[in-house]
Amino acid sequence: MTPVIEADGLVKRYGRFTAVDGIDLTIGKGEVFGLLGPNGSGKTTTILLLLGLTEPSAGSIRVLGLDPLRQPLQVKRRVGYLPDQIGFYDHLTARENLAYTARLTGLASAEAGRRIGEALGRVRLADVGDKRVGAFSRGMRQRLGLAEVLVKQAEIAILDEPTSGLDPQSTQELLEQIRELAAEGVTIVLSSHLLSMMQTICDRVALFKRGGIGLIGNVAELTTGVLGGTHVVEVEANGVDLPCVLKGLPHISAVSIIRPNHWRVDASDDVRAEIARKVVNAGGALQSMTIRQSSLDDVYVHFFEGENHDVAA
Amino acid sequence: MTSRREGSPFQGLATVALKEAADHMNSARIHLVMLLVILTAIGSVYAAIGQIKMTVSEDEFLFLRLFTTAQQPLPSFVSFLGFLIPLVAIALGFDAINGEYSRRTLSRILSQPIYRDALLTGKFLGGLLVIAICLLALWLLVTGLGILLLGLPPSGEEIARGLAFLFASFVYAGVWLAVAMAFSTVVKSPATSALCALTLWLVFTVFWPMLAPLIAGALAPVDPLNPMTAVHQINLQQAIARVSPNVLYGEATLALLNPATRSLGLLFASQMNGAIMGAPLPLSQSIALVWPQVAGMIAALLVLFTIAYVAFQRQEIRA
Ligand SMILES: Nc1ncnc2c1ncn2[C@@H]1O[C@H](COP(=O)(O)OP(=O)(O)OP(=O)(O)O)[C@@H](O)[C@H]1O
Ligand SMILES: [Mg+2]
Repeated sequence: MTPVIEADGLVKRYGRFTAVDGIDLTIGKGEVFGLLGPNGSGKTTTILLLLGLTEPSAGSIRVLGLDPLRQPLQVKRRVGYLPDQIGFYDHLTARENLAYTARLTGLASAEAGRRIGEALGRVRLADVGDKRVGAFSRGMRQRLGLAEVLVKQAEIAILDEPTSGLDPQSTQELLEQIRELAAEGVTIVLSSHLLSMMQTICDRVALFKRGGIGLIGNVAELTTGVLGGTHVVEVEANGVDLPCVLKGLPHISAVSIIRPNHWRVDASDDVRAEIARKVVNAGGALQSMTIRQSSLDDVYVHFFEGENHDVAA
Repeated sequence: MTSRREGSPFQGLATVALKEAADHMNSARIHLVMLLVILTAIGSVYAAIGQIKMTVSEDEFLFLRLFTTAQQPLPSFVSFLGFLIPLVAIALGFDAINGEYSRRTLSRILSQPIYRDALLTGKFLGGLLVIAICLLALWLLVTGLGILLLGLPPSGEEIARGLAFLFASFVYAGVWLAVAMAFSTVVKSPATSALCALTLWLVFTVFWPMLAPLIAGALAPVDPLNPMTAVHQINLQQAIARVSPNVLYGEATLALLNPATRSLGLLFASQMNGAIMGAPLPLSQSIALVWPQVAGMIAALLVLFTIAYVAFQRQEIRA
C-alpha cells in the first residue's frame, strides 16, 4: 500500500489554544479513512492542514508526495474537498456554480460540461441543474458539493461531514457513491458522527481526542484494543453475582453491570454456552442472553467515557 | 507565507475577474446605483445645455462646458460624478471578501488550484472592468446628448481632454473600490464594512472641506505681522484637503475640463509672467498640471490594495 497522505508531528495552534496537537497519520492509496471524535476535537483543522488551507505551527505533511504549503496548486488540482459548511453562489444555477469551479481547476469547457452533466446525474440533481442554488435545500447543496468533487475527478476526496443534512435515502446513496469512488481507486478521507455508517464503509478510522489521535486502526483492532473483545453478550439473570461467577473464564475481558440483574460481558469469542453453564451451576436463573458483534459505537462510548464533550477554545 | 511558491499567482485570475464582472452586471444593487448615476447625468447635462444656450459667448471649448456648467440649484456633471462615483465603487466592493466568508464559499473556492492572490486581484479587476464600462458608456451618453442638443460635434482636443478626464475618473473610482475592498477584508460583516466605507465617503465629501481649514488654523496660526504665515497656512490647508481623494479628483477634473486653469495651488505673480489671462493651456500642460493629483490617487489605490492583500493572506479560512 503506497501512502498518499503522510502527516508527521502535525501541530496547529490558534493563539494559545492548540487545536491539533502532534498528529502522526499515514493513509494509503485507495483507503477509506474515517475521522471520528467529539465536536472541537480537531478533525476539520486536520483536514484544512492536509489541503494547505491553513499553515501548520509545527510538523510536516505530504499529500501525494507533495508539500501542500509549497506546492498548493498541484495538491489542490488532485484533491477534491467537500467542506463541512458548504456554500454556493445563490444567484447562479447549480450548473453555473460547478462550471465556475471547473474553470478554476483549469478544465476545458467542453470536458467540464460533460463531467458536470454526469456528476449532476450521479447525485440526482440532473433535473434541477438549471435552477438557482438559492432555492436548494441543505441536503441538495450537500449533494451539489459532492458533484463538485466528482467533476474534479480527484485522486483523493476529502469529505468533511458529508452526511450532515442528508435524509436517510441520500445518506444511503452517499454510501454507495463513496464505495464506487473507492472501487475506482480514489482515496477517501471522511469525517462523520454517524458511527454505524463509518463502521460499514471505513477501512480504518482514527479517533480524535482533544487535538490528538487517541486510537487508530480498523474496527476489529479497535474493539479488541479498547474493549478487549469483539463480542458483546448481554445477560439477564436472577440470584447470581455474575462478575464473581465468570471470574477466570477464558475469552472474557470485562463484565459490567447495566442495571440490577443485567450485565454486559465483553469477550473475544462466543461465550454464551459457558456463561449459561456457570449461571446455572451457581444456582442462578437465566432470564435472557443476547450476543452481538461489538461495534464502533461501543468503542466510541467506551473511549470517550467521562470525557466532557465540546472542548471549547 | 512560504518564501517560494510553485505556479503562477495569477492562475485563475481571468476566470475570477470575468465572473465578478458578470455578477455585477446582473446584480440589482448595481443596476440601481447605475440608474441613479444616469438620471443625474442626464439631468445635470440637460440643465447645463440650457445654461450654455442662454449665454451667448465665444467659447473655444463649448463642449467641455457640458461637464462643468452648473445650473442652480443643480451642481455640474463633474460635481455629481465626484459625489456618486464613490457610491458605485463601494457598491461594487464592500462585500468582496467578507461576502465569500458569510456565504461560506471561500473554503470551496480556495480548495481549487488558485492562490488567494488570484481571488483578491480578480475581484478588484472585475470591479474595475465594470467601472470602466460604465464610465465609458456614461461619457458616450453625455457626448451624444451634447451633439444632439448643442448641434455641434466636439473638437479633437475636447475629445482628448474628455478621455483624460475619463481616465482620472477611472483612477478615482479605483481608489474607492480599493477602500471598499480593504474594508471587506478587514471587517467581518458585510453590513459593517458597507457602513465603514460609507462613513469614510461622507467624511471626505461633506466634512473634509470644513475640517481642513480648522485643522490648518490650529496647526499654523497666522501671525498678522508676518504675511508668510498666511501663505503657510493656506498651503497647509491645501495639503490637508488633498488627503481626500475627492479633492484630488476635483482638482484634476478642473484642470482637464477647464483649459484656462493654470495652477492648482496658490498663484504667485511670478507664475503669471507672460501669461494672458484666461488663455487656455495646451493639453500636455494641463496633464502635467494634474499629474501629481492622479499619481497621488494611484498611490493611494496601491496602498489600500496592499492593506487588503496582506490582511487577506493572513486570514484563517474559518474565521
Ligand atoms: N480560526 C480559529 N481560531 C481559533 N480557534 C479555532 C479556529 N478554528 C478552529 N478553532 C478551534 O479548534 C478546535 C478544533 O476545531 P475543529 O473544527 O477542527 O473541530 P472538529 O473536530 O472538526 O469539530 P466538529 O465535529 O464540531 O466539526 C476547536 O476547539 C475550535 O474552537
Ligand atoms: Mg468539523
